[in-house]
This record gives sequence, C-alpha cells and structure tokens, in this order.
Amino acid sequence: MHVTSRQFKDNARGAVADANLRQSLATMKTGFRAKRGVAVAALPEFEALREAGKAMKDHTLAHLDHYLERFEEKVTASGGHVHWAPDADAACRTVLDICRRHNARLVTKGKSMVAEEIELNAFLQKNGIEPVETDLGEYIIQLRHELPSHIIAPAIHVRKDQVADSFRDTHTQFPADRPLEEPRDLLDEARTVLRDRFLTADVGITGANMLIAETGSTVIVTNEGNGDLTQLLPRVHIVVTSIDKVVPTLEDSSIVLRLLARSATGQPMSTYTTFSTGPRRPEDPDGPEHFHVVLLDNGRSRMLGTQVQDVLRCIRCAACINHCPIYGAVGGHAYGSVYPGPIGSVLTPGLASLEEAANLPNASTLCGRCEAVCPMKIPLPRMLRHWREEEFARHLVPARARWGLRLWAFTARRPALYRFGTGLAARALRLLGGRRGRLARLPLAGGWTRVRDLPVPEPGGTFMARYKRRETH
Amino acid sequence: MTDPARDSILNGIRAALRRGPLPAETRAALDRGLAAPAPAVVPAIARGSRAALVARFVVNAEAAAATVARVAPAAVGPAVAAYLRDHNQPTRVAVAADARLDGLADSGLLTVERRGTPAGDDAVGVGHALAGLAETGTLLMASGPDSPSTLNMLPDTHIVVVRARDVVGGLEDGWARLRTAHPDGPPRTVHFITGPSRTGDIEQTLQLGAHGPRRLHIVLVDDDPDAPAA
Repeated sequence: MHVTSRQFKDNARGAVADANLRQSLATMKTGFRAKRGVAVAALPEFEALREAGKAMKDHTLAHLDHYLERFEEKVTASGGHVHWAPDADAACRTVLDICRRHNARLVTKGKSMVAEEIELNAFLQKNGIEPVETDLGEYIIQLRHELPSHIIAPAIHVRKDQVADSFRDTHTQFPADRPLEEPRDLLDEARTVLRDRFLTADVGITGANMLIAETGSTVIVTNEGNGDLTQLLPRVHIVVTSIDKVVPTLEDSSIVLRLLARSATGQPMSTYTTFSTGPRRPEDPDGPEHFHVVLLDNGRSRMLGTQVQDVLRCIRCAACINHCPIYGAVGGHAYGSVYPGPIGSVLTPGLASLEEAANLPNASTLCGRCEAVCPMKIPLPRMLRHWREEEFARHLVPARARWGLRLWAFTARRPALYRFGTGLAARALRLLGGRRGRLARLPLAGGWTRVRDLPVPEPGGTFMARYKRRETH
Repeated sequence: MTDPARDSILNGIRAALRRGPLPAETRAALDRGLAAPAPAVVPAIARGSRAALVARFVVNAEAAAATVARVAPAAVGPAVAAYLRDHNQPTRVAVAADARLDGLADSGLLTVERRGTPAGDDAVGVGHALAGLAETGTLLMASGPDSPSTLNMLPDTHIVVVRARDVVGGLEDGWARLRTAHPDGPPRTVHFITGPSRTGDIEQTLQLGAHGPRRLHIVLVDDDPDAPAA
C-alpha cells in the first residue's frame, strides 16, 4: 500500500486553495449528507439496526477464523476456489496467476477498494495484462491516472469539463467536435466504449461488500450494473476481497444491506445487490465458468484484539467521509492514502504503519460527527486519539510539539499554576491585541494565524475565574 | 495439503485474539447458528397485510424510478406490448425460457427474438421474478436454466413479470423463498434489483441508464385474491 501521508500538510494547503475542488466538495452537503438524513429519518428501526450490526460484526470478528473456514468450505463445495493472501504482493500474484492460466489479456474490473489498496492495476499492467475500470468514476480516474478521492464516489473531485477533456483525449474513435457538455453525453459515451469491453474481456474482477459463511456467496452492492456485467460475461470471475468482509448468514447480511445504502447514498436499497455463489452450474445458460475468491489480510488480523479492532466492522459506506469537516475542506487526495477521511485515518496506520501514516491521526478536529453517523457505531474519534497517543509514545511527534505537550501536561496537572498561567496569558493577549481586539501574529503559532486572526480573550478573566465569581450572562 | 498462507492468516487471527483454535463445542454452537439463521431486526415496512404489502411494493418500486403495471393473468403479453409502444421501443423481445412466459406473444403484438440468453444488442429483455420485496420495491431474480442473469443487465429495456402472490414483505421473506426454491444453496447469481441502473459519478448528478438497463418496467400479475388491485 503506497502511502504519502507525510505530505498531508502541504497537500491540504494546496487543496484549500483549489477552487475546482471546493466546488466539487460543496455538492457533498446537498447530495450525500442530505439524502442520508432523509433515508435514516424514514426508518424508525435504524438505531436498532446499528446496534444489531455492531453486535453481529463483533461476534463475527471474535470467531473470524471459524467463519472464514466455513466460507471457504462452501465456496469449494459450490465449485469455486479460495486463495489466501497474507499481503498485497501475494494477492496481486494470485490474480496474475489465474489470469495467465486462462491466457487473459483484457480484464474488466468492478469497483473495489481492496484492489486499490493492493494497487492491482499497476501490477497487472506491468505484467502485460490490460485492466479496464468499468465503474464510471473509477474509469474517469483511470483515464486521468489518479487515485480515487472518495471510497464510493472516486471521481468526486473531477468537474464535468475535465471529464470531457479526458474523453476527447482517449476516445479518438469519435468525431472531435461531438458535444460533451452534458453529463448525459459523457455517460452515454462511456457506456458505449465500456459495453464493448464487457463483451470482449477474458476475466472479470470485482470486490465484495460481504462474504456469507452460510452459503459461500460473495456480495456486491452497486448502482451502475457494471459490477454485474463484469462478473457475468467473461469466462472467469475473480473476487478480490478481505477477511473482515465475512458475515455468518444471509439473515445477518440483511442488517448490513438495510444500513449500507441508506448511510452511503440515502437509497433504501442500491439498484443492484448481487449474491454470487460458485461458477455457473452445468444447466445454466450464462455466467462465468470459473470462480475465484482472493482473501486478503494485509494487516487486518494484526488489528484484532487491539484498540483499533472495531474499525474492522466498517462496511465502507463513506458516511464518516461525507460528514467530516476536514475531508469537506481538503478532499480525499490530501490524505495520501486510498482510504481518506476519518475511516482512512484510523485504518491506514493499521494497514501500513503509523510512521507512513504520519499526520493522519491529527487530521481531525475530533468533532465526533463521524461516530454519530457511522452505521456500525465505530468509535472513530477514540481510535484517532489512540493513534495520537501511540505517536507520542513512539517518539513520532516532532521535538518541539513534544516539549510543548510536556509543558502543557506539567501545568495541567497543577491547577493553581495552570490557572495562574492562563490568567496571565489572557491578560497578555489582550494587551498585545490592543484596540484592534485581534492578533494577526502569535509567537509559536504562526501556522494558525497565517490564515486567520485570533480574537483576544474577553475582559473579565478566564472561565474559571468567572465561574468562581458565579457570573451569569 | 497444507497452505502456508492460509495457516499464517488463521493462526495470526488466533494469536491476535489471544487464543488457540476454538474448542469443538464452541465450533458446534457456531455451526448450529449457521444452520438455523435467525432474523435480527425486521422493520415495520417489511410487515403488513397482503394488500398492504403489494401496494407498498408498487409505491417503493416507483420511488426507485421503475414503472409498474398491474394486470390480470391473461393480459401480460398485451401489457408488455403496450409499454413498449408507449415508450417508442421495438417490440422484438428476448424472453427467459421460464414456462410462465410461454404465451407472451400469443396476442400477436410482440415478436419473440429468442428464448434464453440475450445477445449483446437485444434491446428488450423479459424475465420472471422469484419474488418482489415490498420493503424496498425490489425484484428478486434467481439464475437458472429458466432465468439467465445477463437478461437482467444487457438489454436497454428490462421488463420483469412478478406475481402478486410472490410479493413478500422484506429480505427475510426473500431468503425463505430462496431456500424453498433452492434447498441445496443459492443458485449462481441472485440479483436484488431496485429500479433501473444509475450513476451519480459525474458531479453527483443522478442519471438513469448507466451500464445496465435504462428503464425497468414491472408487470405485476394480480393473482392474489387477498391483494386485489384498487
């Protein structure tokens, strides 16, 4: 997993100044967030479903080895194959081996975050196999040689005229002066180009939203239908997924299905929810002849039994991302990980390392909105704090910040000193602010004052001093 | 045959959970759970009288941008033809091999292009649903010799016949139908379809007709005396 989170601060600075990006991100409020709100309000049992989802997934994770073994047995019994991949490299090699065994040259792909995580496209390309993304958003960013900036809307950062430019550059088979102004024109063109790819691909690769231990089924939840054409038309269907996706039974999958689409796009149910079990049966008129499931670990098992185990309950709905004020300001690319936003800031240090994911645990105001909207009740702020503590304990925090925190901790443990210090500071700031009442510069806090002024503290002393005097306003 | 990758993952899980392999009695208890799945939370929208469920199925399917026609059992073929005519679509159709769709062209208003798997350029596909879910206006389509899955995805216009008797409450009733029809485990592809294909990937503007069908029409056959058409 390629992580560039060390550049988060520079990336964020650039992102905030990017007018195109700001416009794109603004649609999140009226889009995903508003629609989720309506859908959740319309289902009185939503809270009970969240509790049930949490309990179901906690139970599954506590017995993960058993459910994975049962899942494997059922896949095998239905004529498919399960491949275990401890890391990204093993997963990529397994997929390549299967492709080579079937002399595949063209591979269609449904949207898969695990495939992004293991950088499967680059690996296949390097080995002479052409992967074609078929989800519209993924297709757009593949043409633009970019990473997804959102886990369910990978091209959310791209404006439609930028899509038109990419299509004109790539689809040279069409007249150069064709109209591509409207989203409809763009969609129709992509549909035409990709329809041909669906019909000629040798192998189809999808991810999985869930794996069912009871039946050995893999589940995808989509709106476009591309995932279905990807897995139904080629001779071989490969599912690239991870060990945390397993749930025990079909009934358990109902809990997730009722939470997932509502939390993601505000739909009661996505257009297509597809359960795939083994290859086509001898009497079936269509479907793939071969069915393979690649089960990736890549650091997930290591997270069990730790402070961040709960993140393995995640169903990748992106509600936390859609509601995060930091994501809303800087977008997904700034995070430097394929998993952006609160979920990414908790997951990335676990999958890669805290060193590589530097800055991510701090890319949060800990406002708590992510936890409030998480359908699986993952305590994301608590986990971000856990990674911050780890950073401190492992000396990953810069010396100046460490000394600052030490100094603060020293005074915070001595209330009398703390009150004296804050009282003194408040008076000093008021003096410095003078008649303007605000400070444009502050020693040691230049980063903060570069983009905003600090209003001076109000007269009347600190909160504690006023509380003592029982001032009520 | 030992698989070192498999062992390393499973042992890694056990080590992280600070335990060895699960004791036999725990495994047996977990397997009993797998053999007798229990529903967790069934929302009120998945329950109701027969008439209420069928009515809710229609409302929710339409909310998902599908169209619905309620017809008498003998009127399925003409209903399909009328829809295609009204939407300026060709009346040559690819039809699933399902025997319940045998008389579709009897009225002379339709031409059956083929039975079974559609070709890539067939404009209209007609299939039969295993069930309809009132909860979300969803069609449950199970693959098999009578029901090719590509028929659900390839044609521009997807027409699905579903019987009122097969309209059930929610997902749990869907699983029950599926287990009854396929006691040895699910067929290769089980599609839950809610409306026509769509995307919001260009500037979050919702557009119908992405890679799958551009329109979904449901022909609801009124064969349930407990759920008469209004």
